[in-house]
Amino acid sequence: MKRLRMNQAISLAIAEEMERDERIFLMGEDVAEAEGTFKTSEGLLARFGPSRVRDTPISEMGFLGAAVGAAVSGMRPIVEIMFIEFLGVALDQLVTEAALMRYLSGGALHAPLTVRGSAGAGLGFGCQHSQTLERWLVGTPGLKVVVPSGARSAYGLTKAAIRDDDPVVVLEPRALYGRREAFDADPDAVIPIGVGEVLGQGDDVTIVALGQTVETARSAAADASWAADVVDLRTIQPWDHELVAESVEKTGRLVTVEENQFTGGWGAEIVSSIVSACFVSLKCPPMRLTAPDVPVPYGELERQYLPSADYVRTQVDVFVKTDTVPSAWWEELS
Amino acid sequence: MTVASETNEALRRRAALQESRLELFRRMVEIRLVEDRIIELFGEGLIPGSTHTCQGQEAVSVAVAAVLRPTDTVACTYRGHGMALALGVTREALLGEIFGRKIGCMGGLGGSMHLSDPTVGLLPTFAIVGAGVPIGVGAALAAQLQGTEDVSVSVFGDGATNIGGFHEGLNLAAVWSLPVVFLCENNLYGEYSPIARTTPVTDLAVRAASYQMRSEVVDGQDVDALIDAIAAAVARARDGGGPTLVEAKTYRYAGHSRSDKATYRPEGELERWLQRDPITLFKTKLVDEGVDGSALEAVWEECRLQLEQSIEAVLASPLAEPSDMLANVTAGRI
Repeated sequence: MKRLRMNQAISLAIAEEMERDERIFLMGEDVAEAEGTFKTSEGLLARFGPSRVRDTPISEMGFLGAAVGAAVSGMRPIVEIMFIEFLGVALDQLVTEAALMRYLSGGALHAPLTVRGSAGAGLGFGCQHSQTLERWLVGTPGLKVVVPSGARSAYGLTKAAIRDDDPVVVLEPRALYGRREAFDADPDAVIPIGVGEVLGQGDDVTIVALGQTVETARSAAADASWAADVVDLRTIQPWDHELVAESVEKTGRLVTVEENQFTGGWGAEIVSSIVSACFVSLKCPPMRLTAPDVPVPYGELERQYLPSADYVRTQVDVFVKTDTVPSAWWEELS
Repeated sequence: MTVASETNEALRRRAALQESRLELFRRMVEIRLVEDRIIELFGEGLIPGSTHTCQGQEAVSVAVAAVLRPTDTVACTYRGHGMALALGVTREALLGEIFGRKIGCMGGLGGSMHLSDPTVGLLPTFAIVGAGVPIGVGAALAAQLQGTEDVSVSVFGDGATNIGGFHEGLNLAAVWSLPVVFLCENNLYGEYSPIARTTPVTDLAVRAASYQMRSEVVDGQDVDALIDAIAAAVARARDGGGPTLVEAKTYRYAGHSRSDKATYRPEGELERWLQRDPITLFKTKLVDEGVDGSALEAVWEECRLQLEQSIEAVLASPLAEPSDMLANVTAGRI
């Protein structure tokens, strides 16, 4: 058992994979000398040298594009996008190029590329450095998207992403980098992409969470009058339909807890699929708990913006008691 | 020149800066003290998130403000406290924003990286490296289309010159002969990386040559040299002479952001730059011009006192409220 911070778990996963396969290299802004702004590449430059651990200029389009080219040419690059918002200037290289390499070559080429980026709110960085942005990516055929919820899943998902033969984006919740978790760091403890996990069992409701909302959902369920299956989705493209459906068949109630804004959030996909698949088992309409449709506000207001454990518990209380979906907090204000 | 409205404090501050050399000095002192104090306040845990300060670069900000009209546009970066104060934004509006107060220039919803005041021409400061370069070009395009004499200044750091948007912006400005000045604050570091490690040229101004654009390298610690260079470029732009790239050689005394202790700097480098401190250099010049040195010394104490009064006023003012975040998303929202 190791008790590591999430950033240490990521560094460890990358190091072990680089040791295993010399085609793997890491590049990004300040990943080498500074060992990553969030210390997600600690010790890697010293261990693997500047050829395989490369600092880049502030040129996301350039180095992400170069990673795509290297990936189709026999290498297995890992690219760090310091803040996932910086992907904006390089989006073409990922969604229009990397994701389509296999398709456009009739299967002859593929891009085994890992794109890691810090994502999400909670650190008070303001609206251009606090977004999750999985919505930009999940609708792209050819692209996989995973989101760790702590050190253990970061370790297993990072390894899965690196070993995958297609482009995988790892959205690392920034607020969790410093959070410690004890886990068994078996070098082959890869978490398969597309497989979720049930953490805590209960018959009243299925709560599906992702990234930092997993802890929110678990805290909400811990002191609640109801009992929930809390599902850590872990991958949102492709997501574990079978696991969620099985739980909903048992509980008859579905709640998603999402960090993103309401419109177009990942939960909408879960809800629509589960309603189609499990309609007769549902006791009531599903409920999505999300942030409001506004940019991420700065500072203290972030706490109101993000679904908190108290908010989740209160909303689920009403939901389970009445089998109806209560108004969101912002609907009460406006 | 737009006449300052007596009711608008930002415009009044802007006009004052343009009317007296003493005020130029005073504003540089104000910026230095505000930046030092912000770092302290972050250290005390009184401010959430991150911040990027500009100690050592004050001359660039006041030079821009001394030259431009309030109807001109400035597209500046997240290292923007100095530019905002120079252009006229009040201490209360700046500090209120950083403290998440309603009196902040964005109502406390933006934070340190997101400052704006259209009355003095400041677009919301850009927290994505290079984003403001093409947007500054667009402001110049609007001026050209509208037939005004306004110009636009895009202010960015050395790191931004490796971003695609910089090159695309310069090219457009050149082929359309737009009234824009590209002002690069070359402080020698892009985030944690020395410029030489990410960029093959020492004088970034040479990049203008690829676009048949005029360029000039200027001492970024010398207010008068900066004013001359920026004024010449602005005058040319106003007269239909097209864009100019001005590179100000300057230095960032602090790290990239509040969490960066800048341990990567070679020994003695900071000390060498402190020998050419822009405020001290300007003070020497003013004394040579006959200004009383003790009066200049007194400015520090006056500014310190004013700053503490501003901080007190800001801390006594109301915080932004949850309902505030719902406004101004689009025109249709309250």
